[in-house]
Amino acid sequence: MSATIAKSASIYSRAGSLASERRWALWIAYISLIFAAVIFLAPPVYMFMTSLKTSAEIANMTGSPWGVTSPTLDNYQVLLTNATFLRFFLNSAIITVCVVVITMVISILAAFALARMRFWGSQFLATGVFLTYLVPDTLLFIPLYQIVGGLGLLNSIWGLILVYPTLTVPFCTWIMIGYFASIPKELDEAALIDGATWPQMLIKIFIPVAMPGIIAATIFAFTVSWAAFVYPTAFVTTPENMPLTIGVVSQLVRADTYAWGQIMAGALLAALPPVILYAFLMDYYIAGLTAGATKG
Amino acid sequence: MAQVSLRKLVKAYEGGVQAVKGIDLEIADHEFVVLVGPSGCGKSTTLRMIAGLEEITSGDIAIGGTLVNDIPPRDRDIAMVFQNYALYPHMSVFDNMAFGLTLRKFPKAEIKRRVDEAARILDIGMLLDRKPKALSGGQRQRVAMGRAIVRDPKVFLFDEPLSNLDAKLRVQMRTEIKKVHQTVKTTTVYVTHDQIEAMTLADRVVVMNHGVIEQVGAPQELYHHPATRFVAGFIGSPAMNFSPARLEGDAHALRVVLPNGTALPVPSHRAARYAPFVGRPILVGLRPEHLTDKKPTDKRNIADFPAIPEVIEPMGMETLVHFWMDGHEISARLDPTCPVSVGVPIVLAADMDQMHIIDPATDKVL
Amino acid sequence: MADGTIAAPRAPDFAGQRANSLQRFSRRRSTIAFLMTLPLLAVVVGLIAYPAAYGIYLSLLNRRMTEFAGLLNYEILFDSDTFWNVAWQSCIFAITAVLAKALIGFWLAHMLHDIPAKGQRKWRGMLLIPWVIPPALSTLGWWWMFDPTYSSINYVLSIFAIPAVSWLGEPNWARTAVIIVNVWYGAPFFMIMYLAALKSVPEQLYEAAAIDGASSWQRLRFVTLPMMANIISITVLFSLIVTFANYDIVRVLTNGGPRDLTHVFASYAFQVGILSGNIPRGAAVSLFMLPLLAICAFFVLRGVTRRNKEQM
Repeated sequence: MSATIAKSASIYSRAGSLASERRWALWIAYISLIFAAVIFLAPPVYMFMTSLKTSAEIANMTGSPWGVTSPTLDNYQVLLTNATFLRFFLNSAIITVCVVVITMVISILAAFALARMRFWGSQFLATGVFLTYLVPDTLLFIPLYQIVGGLGLLNSIWGLILVYPTLTVPFCTWIMIGYFASIPKELDEAALIDGATWPQMLIKIFIPVAMPGIIAATIFAFTVSWAAFVYPTAFVTTPENMPLTIGVVSQLVRADTYAWGQIMAGALLAALPPVILYAFLMDYYIAGLTAGATKG
Repeated sequence: MAQVSLRKLVKAYEGGVQAVKGIDLEIADHEFVVLVGPSGCGKSTTLRMIAGLEEITSGDIAIGGTLVNDIPPRDRDIAMVFQNYALYPHMSVFDNMAFGLTLRKFPKAEIKRRVDEAARILDIGMLLDRKPKALSGGQRQRVAMGRAIVRDPKVFLFDEPLSNLDAKLRVQMRTEIKKVHQTVKTTTVYVTHDQIEAMTLADRVVVMNHGVIEQVGAPQELYHHPATRFVAGFIGSPAMNFSPARLEGDAHALRVVLPNGTALPVPSHRAARYAPFVGRPILVGLRPEHLTDKKPTDKRNIADFPAIPEVIEPMGMETLVHFWMDGHEISARLDPTCPVSVGVPIVLAADMDQMHIIDPATDKVL
Repeated sequence: MADGTIAAPRAPDFAGQRANSLQRFSRRRSTIAFLMTLPLLAVVVGLIAYPAAYGIYLSLLNRRMTEFAGLLNYEILFDSDTFWNVAWQSCIFAITAVLAKALIGFWLAHMLHDIPAKGQRKWRGMLLIPWVIPPALSTLGWWWMFDPTYSSINYVLSIFAIPAVSWLGEPNWARTAVIIVNVWYGAPFFMIMYLAALKSVPEQLYEAAAIDGASSWQRLRFVTLPMMANIISITVLFSLIVTFANYDIVRVLTNGGPRDLTHVFASYAFQVGILSGNIPRGAAVSLFMLPLLAICAFFVLRGVTRRNKEQM
């Protein structure tokens, strides 16, 4: 009798320690996450704070640089009425839209052929696509500089539109192959028997069914071409042909006394489109990010 | 006219593996033929060759008198129901069923008429606006069939259509498929690994094994007159009991002697058939339902069969009794009222009219 | 065997009807498939393979690109201290940064995995923000935070009575600064990848391990790590390539300074090839990335193929 009571008491105490262990783990998890969040968000928050300050307040060394005493939107107003800055925005938009369209057309067509229509060398090509994804832009920008120069496309957004697909096409094709390959084979057989031709099968079955993958790949292509830095830095030197990234970095950062408030406002405005896209399509964004490694 | 003819049909994969080893089969118009066999027997490959989804290595396939070897699937005028249904996930039920007709540029009104008709036959009229994701397994199955029906093709092909359903639904959909075939009467080729499905659905069953046809026949014919050991063992559930044995005696009084000494007299009208095998090792086959408890009113050719039950499985309508004879499991189906218990010897009744004798050298039923 | 097979009346012989349209059909399929991959081929060959080969050719020319100079560019580089500094800095930078990213990412992924599922989405969304901002732009923010006079980081340090650091003026601090920014930018990526991998480990495995008496450390060691080994190695190798070839952060933060001590291959190649106009030598510098990248690529590819095989 007494033995059973002792036994059940020890069970209870064990259960109690398990619960407290779990509570501890949760505490550690939350502390780590809060700490990480503070550090991860500090730079953009600080950029935002600075962007709300006048040059006088920035130069004032008293008080915390992290706060803002008299917030103003002047920096944003100056930028949004600055024709050069708007020109950067327009250039980035044109380049990104063209590159996204080109990328998606190329990679959907190729991924469909590689995932479904086995032909001589298709396996080899699929591997090749993955390999080219691993080639970084900084390895190729010098020969590409010569090639683009030879075509007379230096200092032009068309030169950038020509070379950006090297950044986007391999990865997009790779994840589209993964998405297409995950569509059950019976679906195209059913379509084949229903009388679909290959193009019909692609347009009426594969594209709608793989829509999440297409959205993920589109987001990827958008973010990459919006953020591209090496190629525009190398190929474009005149402000009117610059996209945002290099525009903000090279044109706003010029004179000896930096207009920090304006630079930060410009950087934030330039970062806005990908961040907005991310905010609304986070799940697709993350799916695309992880698809490269988990699917392929 | 939509008979299907297979002539010396061969499918070989790279590396020389033959999935189908030259089969011949004639399927008549309106006939419901079931290809049945264990996995890897070549039944699905055969069906997919009829559909045009697999290329033919050699031989001929004709549908409705036209050689279709080199005709792509869409021009063969066939419809197929897949094991996983293969419904287009982004289309409504209506669009799924209409897809084939839309691609063939049928007028809108005609498409609507056909889809409504098929939906009426299958009783899925209220589901037409839904997406496949919102359907249950049985409903998806019906839509998949509806997609085949609206096409009004020469031939229906079914590839294990019930395998993904739970046991209860499977029985229900089996009846449904039979009913639909009786309504539309389209020539049907149906592939399954489930012999009960084959028996219940088919006008004729084609039993396949290792890429060849073992036997073709009506369900009753396969059950009562299996041609080979494989068919004898494959058709029927629980499976037929087999035991090595010897034939003894002469043409007037033949006996099958089992390894444990039990002697079973062979009915006199079969004696002449078996006479040449006297003294040779044979295999005797007897279905569990023909090895039962003794009934006083029996008028059959009964032989006493002593046994000691080792495992007893009461099923409600009957009781299965298992015992081992020289390492071979033997099952018997007993009346549930018959008193049996483990380890207590009983004498069973073997119906010798239903016995099969197999030549172990050729595996043919004699 | 075939006795019962021919039940229906014999159909006429079909020998005369043979058309080869199925063969044509499959040949046409190959042709269509090839045409569909043609644009991809054009990009891969025209914009990646050809430039790579052309880069090798360029690196063998003399400065004016008028004549073939053999390995002269490479010899000059081997003789220059700056080049060896660059090589050394690139390796240190890539290895330290990737290691830090991998560890922080792994830790955060675990912490995210530990909290209740309904809060995970929110935290994950917040912690991925550094990866979403174009790095050239966020580095501008860091540059401002490292500013010698107004450094907000030094302000925070001063609260803890730590003396001000000359972030971008002193070489070792400048190197550290570049690594900090890279880790800040890349750790979220690792976190997301590991979190996805963690989620793909079946819960039953942990339950089975717990019933077998495994402690939480043993569960990590014998269940989690083996299940994630492949994705960890793929992510690390991939990140090694990207980090090794990084340009944006160095360009914006230090532009190679002070005294060319923070240059990595990419930024040095840019300086030599584009800014100083010595295209052949710049091409030679960037080609030095190739061997390490090739090794990493080989292992990534092996990991990916192995992973594919496992999933089949």
